[in-house]
Parts: sequence; structure tokens; C-alpha cells
Amino acid sequence: MARKLVSGNQAAGHTLAVAGEANREARGCICGAYPITPQTEIIEFLRAYEFTKGRVVPVESEHSAMAVCMGGSLAGARSVTASSSNGLAYMTENVFAAGYYRLPIVMIAVNRTLGPPWNIWVDQGDSLMLRDAPWLQFYTESHQDLVDTILLAFRVAEDPRILLPAMVAMDGFVTSHTQMGVDLPEQELVDRFLPHCIVPHRLRSDHPTTIGGLTWPKETEHHRIEIQRAMERVPEVLAEAISEFEEIFGRRPHGLLSAEHTEDADVILVASNSMARTLRGVVESRREAGEKIGMIKAKTFRPFPREAFESAVGKTAKVGVLDRNHSPGSGGIFWQEIVTSLRNQPDTMVQDYLVGLGGGDVTPEILHEIVDDLISRSKSVEPVWKEVASR
Amino acid sequence: MNVVPLNMNANCDTTCDPVLRAGNTNCAGCGMSIGLQWFSEVFRDSKPILAIPACCGIVTAGAFPTSAYSVPIAATTFASAAAVATGLRSVALMNTEENVTVCWAGDGGTYDIGLATLSAAAERNEDIIYICYDNEIYGNTGGQRSSATPEGVVTSTTTSGKSERKKDIMAIMAAHHIPYAATLSVAHREDFIRKLEIAKKTKGFRFLLMLSPCPTGWKSEPEDGVDLIRYAVRCGLFPLYEVYDGDRYRINVERDQTSIEEYITRQRRYTKGSILAEELTQLIDARWQKLKRIVRAFPADDNKV
Ligand SMILES: Cc1ncc(C[n+]2csc(CCOP(=O)(O)OP(=O)(O)O)c2C)c(N)n1
Ligand code: SF4
Repeated sequence: MARKLVSGNQAAGHTLAVAGEANREARGCICGAYPITPQTEIIEFLRAYEFTKGRVVPVESEHSAMAVCMGGSLAGARSVTASSSNGLAYMTENVFAAGYYRLPIVMIAVNRTLGPPWNIWVDQGDSLMLRDAPWLQFYTESHQDLVDTILLAFRVAEDPRILLPAMVAMDGFVTSHTQMGVDLPEQELVDRFLPHCIVPHRLRSDHPTTIGGLTWPKETEHHRIEIQRAMERVPEVLAEAISEFEEIFGRRPHGLLSAEHTEDADVILVASNSMARTLRGVVESRREAGEKIGMIKAKTFRPFPREAFESAVGKTAKVGVLDRNHSPGSGGIFWQEIVTSLRNQPDTMVQDYLVGLGGGDVTPEILHEIVDDLISRSKSVEPVWKEVASR
Repeated sequence: MNVVPLNMNANCDTTCDPVLRAGNTNCAGCGMSIGLQWFSEVFRDSKPILAIPACCGIVTAGAFPTSAYSVPIAATTFASAAAVATGLRSVALMNTEENVTVCWAGDGGTYDIGLATLSAAAERNEDIIYICYDNEIYGNTGGQRSSATPEGVVTSTTTSGKSERKKDIMAIMAAHHIPYAATLSVAHREDFIRKLEIAKKTKGFRFLLMLSPCPTGWKSEPEDGVDLIRYAVRCGLFPLYEVYDGDRYRINVERDQTSIEEYITRQRRYTKGSILAEELTQLIDARWQKLKRIVRAFPADDNKV
């Protein structure tokens, strides 16, 4: 195993490349590439990579980047791309189309604030804007988590029981531009882990079909139900993929979520992406001080693992959700999902904290303050803005 | 519950001949129907795969689970045909597959919303044949203006006649230095077929512009379509010409004494008096002078092309 000190973007670029290369004896790999900070290094990495059977197309927009991926996937290739922020917003129409076509495209979303006004720092409003698209979504806390999750994403997305595209998110700059030691997956192991990509409904001249034409309400209902059913199969398929991953790579990535110290906890904090790492430090230190605190790292966002949340929270009295995103007029988006998940647990109080929006630095001190606040509350209120940047 | 395949693939049970079969939903007299028949003649053995954006060209397939098309079709988002085709063609090439990737798009998907995608695919010189059937209107959404709608024409969003001029998409495509660009007329079968043959032989990006009679949008009689296009070519409104590599031009049919009146009086989209025949004739004269100057300066060598 090659342990390397690399940035999150390099780690993602490498992993997409070896995954694409792993399809060289099948129908190859295709990528539509368009730059945007903080994702750009990923597509630069892919452009420079020498695929045995692959092409990285330098397109004129994210809308076309996804369109090239769709064309590639409709022709049966493994398809990858990456984007951020306004790039994802611009791509949106084709993001939905890719899912409705049931194409197992894998995209890296490097989370960045939407604008204007322009702000390149981390905020999850971009990928979460796409929460209603027929895509799997995974949020990753570290470079290793990122790399492993990308490989899992291919496995699950391309599984014949799923056939949906998958998005793997990381924090802009905090993860994308910092370096960490990573076990970068070697080609030979990835070749073993990833079967050839098979798009069963790909366009072929010997069996002509029209894909994406007109449908009536009845067929559309079936189509949407099929997508929901596929989403419901993800936990099972993901669990299988993780077991095989462990056999091949010797480590076990998190799946739907990671519940830590939750069994006896009085309060549980929920966080995603790199904030989960900061939170872990805070929880460990308060545990050492004897406080019954637990945490959940939210990893799989689509499908949203409601049952897993329900059982991880159990009878815990207080849950605090850390949201680095904001749905104006409502609140944090993870919070909405978690409240829905806990709808049958009326004794659990769920409080939302909007924290680190627009890239404000979320330090351990801030998380300590949030823990204190949560402990002091007996009743939840509207989402609390925890301003960090103006301090 | 009926078993619906996992994906919205509509099936057809015969293979490529013709590409667009009976039972399609094109209006009677639609230029697309002729264009696709002739396309079938030239490409029947070439395994064409079509990327079709939102437009009448995809609606005509009919509703799932059947399709009037006998070849593989990717129904793409409105702006994306040339990019989806890029992906399809790239994978075919890397797998050394013998097939032809074609975009079949309306003027909305070509001149307007899809222009950036088209331009980028042309600039990359993708190995694609892009055919625009230009009915000079958004037909599918009920007849609104596009930037291909000519001056004077009444549409549902230019109710007293369009005041802007039609965009010169051929000049735009020629400016991309693509190997081949040509205009097609459904009234000039030999020329049409010959150009398809050239497109078939050529590698790289090929752009074909077909003026497509649209009785519904043009408010003309279905049986008049071919005559209308003949008048358009003869009076000089729609010159038939070719451009090689963006810099070698050839006019295929010279204009004659046919009056523009023949053309405009048989379409009610022109008959609100928003543009006079004299004004149109002046515009045509000016355009021809320009085209002639270009052809004289940059002729296609007949021995070479
Ligand atoms: C992004 C987007 N905007 C708008 C539409 C609605 N729409 C569908 S077809 C069409 C017009 C198509 O016109 P054209 O390309 O000229 O083809 P025609 O219908 O005339 O064959 C429009 C506006 C759409 N499908 N997608
Ligand atoms: S509206 Fe015009 S382009 Fe569309 S099918 Fe009818 S005739 Fe053809």
C-alpha cells in the first residue's frame, strides 16, 4: 500500500483515475472536465492522466461536463467528473437527467459557498441544493475517508440493484487543499475491487432503443418508484461493498454513518465532512472529563439513513445538529432530515446550529460552546445561528 | 402492475430502415420527415446513433414504451445534444466501433440554447455529424420566435412580426474551421444526398443546415412545403452552399428571377404586412453580394475539395 502525503484534490484525482483505468478492459472511462475553485486540481489531474482506454473532454461548461458523462455512460463507459458551487448549480439540469437516465456516474463535489457575492470557502449549500436529484450523496471527513468512499461509490452506483449516480463530497480547502497521509489505492487492488462497469441499458445498434423520450404519468410514477426502491437497496449493497473493501484493502470505511459513544450518551452531536473530525476531538476530551457525550458522523445523505439515525440516537434526550448550510426560510438541511428520522421519538429534543457558513472556521472552542448550549437547553428553538467569522 | 423496465428505454422491433418509421407524430408536411427519409437512404448501413435534444424531433418518437425511431436515440436535455454526442462518440472510438454519431436538432437547440455546446463541440472538432432542421420557430412549444426566425415573421412572441434579423449560423459554424458545413434543401434531392455522402466520408465535425418546412408554424399548406423551399432557394433567400475547413466556399445553386412573393404569400406567418417584399429582396441582394464576394475570394477547388 502506497502511503502518501497528498491534498484532498490529489487523492480524489488519483482515485477517479485508477477507478477509470480499472475499466480499461471493458468500455473505458470518460470524463467531462471544467474548472472551478476549489475543485480544479481534480480535473487537471485527470487531464494529465494517461488512460489506457479513456478520454477527458475539456468542455465549455459544467452543463456540458455532465452531458459528456451522460453520453459516455449511455455508451457504456465508466464516467466521472468533479465540480463545486456555481458549477454544480450550472450543471443542475443535467445532474437530474443523469439520475433519471439511471447512469452510474461518479462526481466529486468539493463544497464551496454559492454566489454571487463570490466566496470560495466551504459551505455545503451547493451539493445539498441537489438533494432532490436522483443521486446518492456521501460526505467525507478526511482524505482517507474520501478515497475509500469514492471507491465504494463506484461499487454501489454501478451495482445492477442500484444504477444511480453518486456524489462524493468533501470540504473545500479544509480537505481539498490540505495534505494528509493517505493510503492511495493501487491499480491492482482497485482492479480487484471494481468489477467492469456494465450499463445494462446502454445504447447499442444491435438493440436500438430510445432513452429519455416521452412518458405518461403512469410510466413516470413507476420510474420514480423504481428510483426510490433502488435508494432503499443502498444500505444492503453498501454493507456488502464495505465487507469486500475490507478484505481487499485491509481497512473498514464508515458506511451510512458512524455512531461514536452514543449508547449511554445524554447528548449527541451530529456533524458531517471535516467538522466531524473536529467534533470527534471535542467529544473525546469531554468523555475523558466524564461527560456522557456522543456523536454521529453523518456520511450517507442520499439515501438518508433514517433507521440508522433512529437506532443510533435511541433514547438520547438531546441531539444537536451542526449544519454548514442553510435553506433560507427553513434552516439547516441535515437538521430537517434528522428531525424527520426521529419523528417517532417524541422524547428526543433536536436543536439545529447553523455554523461555519461561508467558510467560517469552526474550531474546537466553538463546538465546546455549542455542546454547552445544547446541555443547557430543555426545549428546542428555531435553528440557532452560531456566528464564527465575525468574532 | 405492469412490468416497466428499470429505465425509460423505449423499444423498437426492427432495425434501421427507415430511421423514422410510420406511426411517428410529425405533422403532415413536416420537413423533418423528408430529411430523415433521405438520411436513412445514405446512412442505413452506417449504424447511426442519434442525440436529439428537446424539440419536435424527439416528440415524434411517440411515448414510452414504443419508439418510432429504428436506431438508438439519446433524448438529451435541450442544450446538450452536441455534448452527449461527444461522450457517445468518444466511447465508440475508444472501442473501435463502426458507427456514426449524429445530432438531430431544431433551431432552438442549435442557434439559441445549445449554441455554446455546439460551438465547443465544433471547436474540439468532435467526430460528429450535426444536422439542424431549421423550421425558424420553436415548434414544440407552440410557435415562439428563435434567433433563426427571419425578419418580419409573425410568431406567438413576435405578434406584429419579428423586427430582428435571422442569425447567420452558417457563418458562425464556418468560423470554427470545421471540415464541412453545408445547407440542405428538401427541394433539391440530389444535392441533399450528395452532401450527406460528403458528410459521411468526412471525419471531424460536420454541420448541416436544412431549411425545414413547418406547416404548423409557417401557417402554410402541408403539400406546399417542398415548393416553398424551392422558391426560397431560387429567390436567394436560402442559398445552397458548402464550406470546407471554414475557408473554401462553393455555391451549389444560383439564384434566379423567382420572386420572394411566391414564397411569402403562401405562408400566413408573413402576411401581416410587417415586412414588404421589397425590403426582403433588398436583404437578400445584400446577403448574396456578400456570399458571392466570399466565394470569389475563397473558392473551393473543384479538384480538391
Ligand atoms: C431548458 C429547457 N428550456 C425550455 C424547454 C422547453 N422547450 C422544449 S422544446 C422547445 C423549443 C424547441 O424549438 P426548436 O429547437 O426550434 O425545435 P422544434 O420544436 O421547432 O422542432 C422549448 C422551448 C426545455 N425542454 N428545456
Ligand atoms: S410543428 Fe413543425 S417542425 Fe414540429 S412536427 Fe409539426 S411541422 Fe414538424
